[in-house]
Amino acid sequence: MTNHAWILLGVYFLALLLLVKPLGLYIAHVMEGRLSFAAGIEATLYRLCGIKKDEEMGWLKYALALLFFNLLGALAVYALQRVQVALPLNPQHFSNVSPDSSFNTAISFITNTNWQGYSGESTMSYLTQMLGLAVQNFLSAATGIVVVIALIRGFVRHTVTTIGNVWVDLTRATLYILLPLSIIFAVFLVSQGVIQNFDAYKDVTTLEVTKYDNPKLDAAGQPVKDEKGNAMTEPATTQTQTLAMGPVASQEAIKMLGTNGGGFFNANSAHPFENPTPLTNFFQMLSIFLIPGALCFTFGRMAGDSRQGWTIFAAMSLIFIVFAIGAMTFEQQGNPILTGLGADQTVTAMQAGGNMEGKETRFGIADSGLFATITTLASCGAVNSMHDSFTPLGGLVPLASMQLGEVVFGGVGSGLYGMLVFAIMAVFIAGLMIGRTPEYLGKKIESFEMKMVSIAILVTPLLVLVGTAVAVMTEAGRAGIANPGAHGFSEILYALSSAANNNGSAFAGLSANTPFYNVLLSVAMCFGRFGVIIPVLAMAGALAAKKRIAVTAGTMPTHGPLFVTLLIGVVLLVGLLNYVPALALGPTVEHLVLWAGH
Amino acid sequence: MKTLLRPAITLFVLLSAVTGILYPLAVTGIAKTLFPAAANGSLVEKGGKPVGSTLIGQSFTGAQYFWGRPSATGPYPNNATASSGSNLGPLNPALADVVKARIAALKQVDPSNTKPVPIDLVTASASGLDPEISPAAAEYQIGRVAKARNLKIEQVSALVNQHTEGRQWAVFGEPRVNVLALNLALDAK
Repeated sequence: MTNHAWILLGVYFLALLLLVKPLGLYIAHVMEGRLSFAAGIEATLYRLCGIKKDEEMGWLKYALALLFFNLLGALAVYALQRVQVALPLNPQHFSNVSPDSSFNTAISFITNTNWQGYSGESTMSYLTQMLGLAVQNFLSAATGIVVVIALIRGFVRHTVTTIGNVWVDLTRATLYILLPLSIIFAVFLVSQGVIQNFDAYKDVTTLEVTKYDNPKLDAAGQPVKDEKGNAMTEPATTQTQTLAMGPVASQEAIKMLGTNGGGFFNANSAHPFENPTPLTNFFQMLSIFLIPGALCFTFGRMAGDSRQGWTIFAAMSLIFIVFAIGAMTFEQQGNPILTGLGADQTVTAMQAGGNMEGKETRFGIADSGLFATITTLASCGAVNSMHDSFTPLGGLVPLASMQLGEVVFGGVGSGLYGMLVFAIMAVFIAGLMIGRTPEYLGKKIESFEMKMVSIAILVTPLLVLVGTAVAVMTEAGRAGIANPGAHGFSEILYALSSAANNNGSAFAGLSANTPFYNVLLSVAMCFGRFGVIIPVLAMAGALAAKKRIAVTAGTMPTHGPLFVTLLIGVVLLVGLLNYVPALALGPTVEHLVLWAGH
Repeated sequence: MKTLLRPAITLFVLLSAVTGILYPLAVTGIAKTLFPAAANGSLVEKGGKPVGSTLIGQSFTGAQYFWGRPSATGPYPNNATASSGSNLGPLNPALADVVKARIAALKQVDPSNTKPVPIDLVTASASGLDPEISPAAAEYQIGRVAKARNLKIEQVSALVNQHTEGRQWAVFGEPRVNVLALNLALDAK
């Protein structure tokens, strides 16, 4: 790793460390309803909505309400895409999106996955982007926050049947946490060059004339092919560059803060209008881990023992740092085939060197490798470089990061509840080893909790591995592959890992905007999200009903280095072991082939 | 169930209005007041006509201009309505072929240049719209551009130095040269 990479990683982690405590405190403050200026706004809102703010809900009602709220979101996103041609703010007159793509995108955005089968700047109207997609960026993140807050309440409360009021929680998470942070971040982004307007796309006259081969189309708009089946082209020229426009900054801010990751443009955070400078890149990376990191502190605070929160934060941080070092190192090694052709990949003061295919000059290797690790460990899925073109081991890092189950910082809210599920698993395993009933935060962990934990942990590997098997066994699945050999398999494995873990990044060569992938990935996204949320809420309800047991000399401490080690061990073993055979077939084989003879 | 319906629907509508309409409008208002040029796309003009955006790369193939990063957008490079990388894997023979062709093109227009070819000059950017190249990639092209324009190497070199940006805040990103800005400055000479 270069000096620059070490410094960047150090500055990044330090900045994160400084921010998690104040924000975590603020979140605890907000979610416990202690924000004084808010009472007036809320009272009006609740009156309009017929919400009784002091009426608490049991876990089942809480879960049903949340599911219904998310269903409304899915319907709205689907409907907006299907009728966008008749709606305002569509200056490019984009036609309505196909049913299967609209369905996939709707599921994708309500589940906080933000997988994109479509290309934003040539598909979605401004209205669809802001009123459909960006709204779900807020609400799916709020959904994650309220679920983890409900789970924390399950630990904190005792002998009660309720875990909170979902409407109040959603309102507070959206209006006081996500919205103010987004406004500040959006304005900062514009100051660096991110665009924010409602203009039609702008034509400019370029300095040079561009000559290119234009694919020949027949009367029906289908490509014409010669007798060998290759697409035919005709020479063409252009001196016009059409610049895509839109309200980008407002969407970009919540896309990162809400760990959503769905780009306004196809190239996502690699696009200079989404992420114009190294500084915006740094703050985009910071905003991904910001709320998930802060929630660790919120957790410790609400649980009445900050050490519990810092323990979770430490376990996450250690895994993150190791993975980040991996990605930056492997990408810096470059591609031996290109060296053989005469390209210079060495790192000097004049160039970043390394594997620059699919990377931007301003980000180079370190700022791309770090971003890739962060975006996949958190279930963000925004990309500032094309993961499909990473070196085999460099690409293995984001792949494995997702497969850990998005619990290392993870999605907003979802990362922490996922990690707490692993923490319960850890105390259970420790309990088995020493022969005591496991406890966590003063609550006995019994058979019901362990059943819910098992479901929550097993649902994603099942979706990923079965889904990958289905895709590689069917013609429709294999048809999407772009790169030959082991890499093609990795593309499919990556897509399923991304969808089921609600990440949303891609080995984007895969042609996934087909009915087959749109449906398969929708199923994976939907069950990967709600198949975890429901057991977690059920567990929250069960925990809230339990008595609180006193800490004794025989209680295993769930803070400190020993528990950090145990937790990391459980995450790596349980989370990753499922995928070792698949990872051997994909990136590992590719790595051995690439470096054979070098 | 009825006790869920009304709160769910009204809350959804209200929060959608706040986050989906008021929020982007407010940000647009603030952005256009404080940073109008950036909010509108950082456009550059030449003789009163817009010739591009400093943030969006353009395609250059003439000997007299500095070339930018290769672009994998379709159907033509640097298509700013279809941002995209190549998504070629490291072992894909298509990657080796296209890199070979790019090295050949650089050698053809500048046969006497024996410096090693900087990697960013022959690999496609992530967005297909990368506006910048590394200082090494600019340095590689100085001799050719100077010759094509009948300028002294020192003159072109000085211009490149003027347009070279270091790491932002000394720690973020990589040193880089904005290709469109550099080429416009060359034309103005």
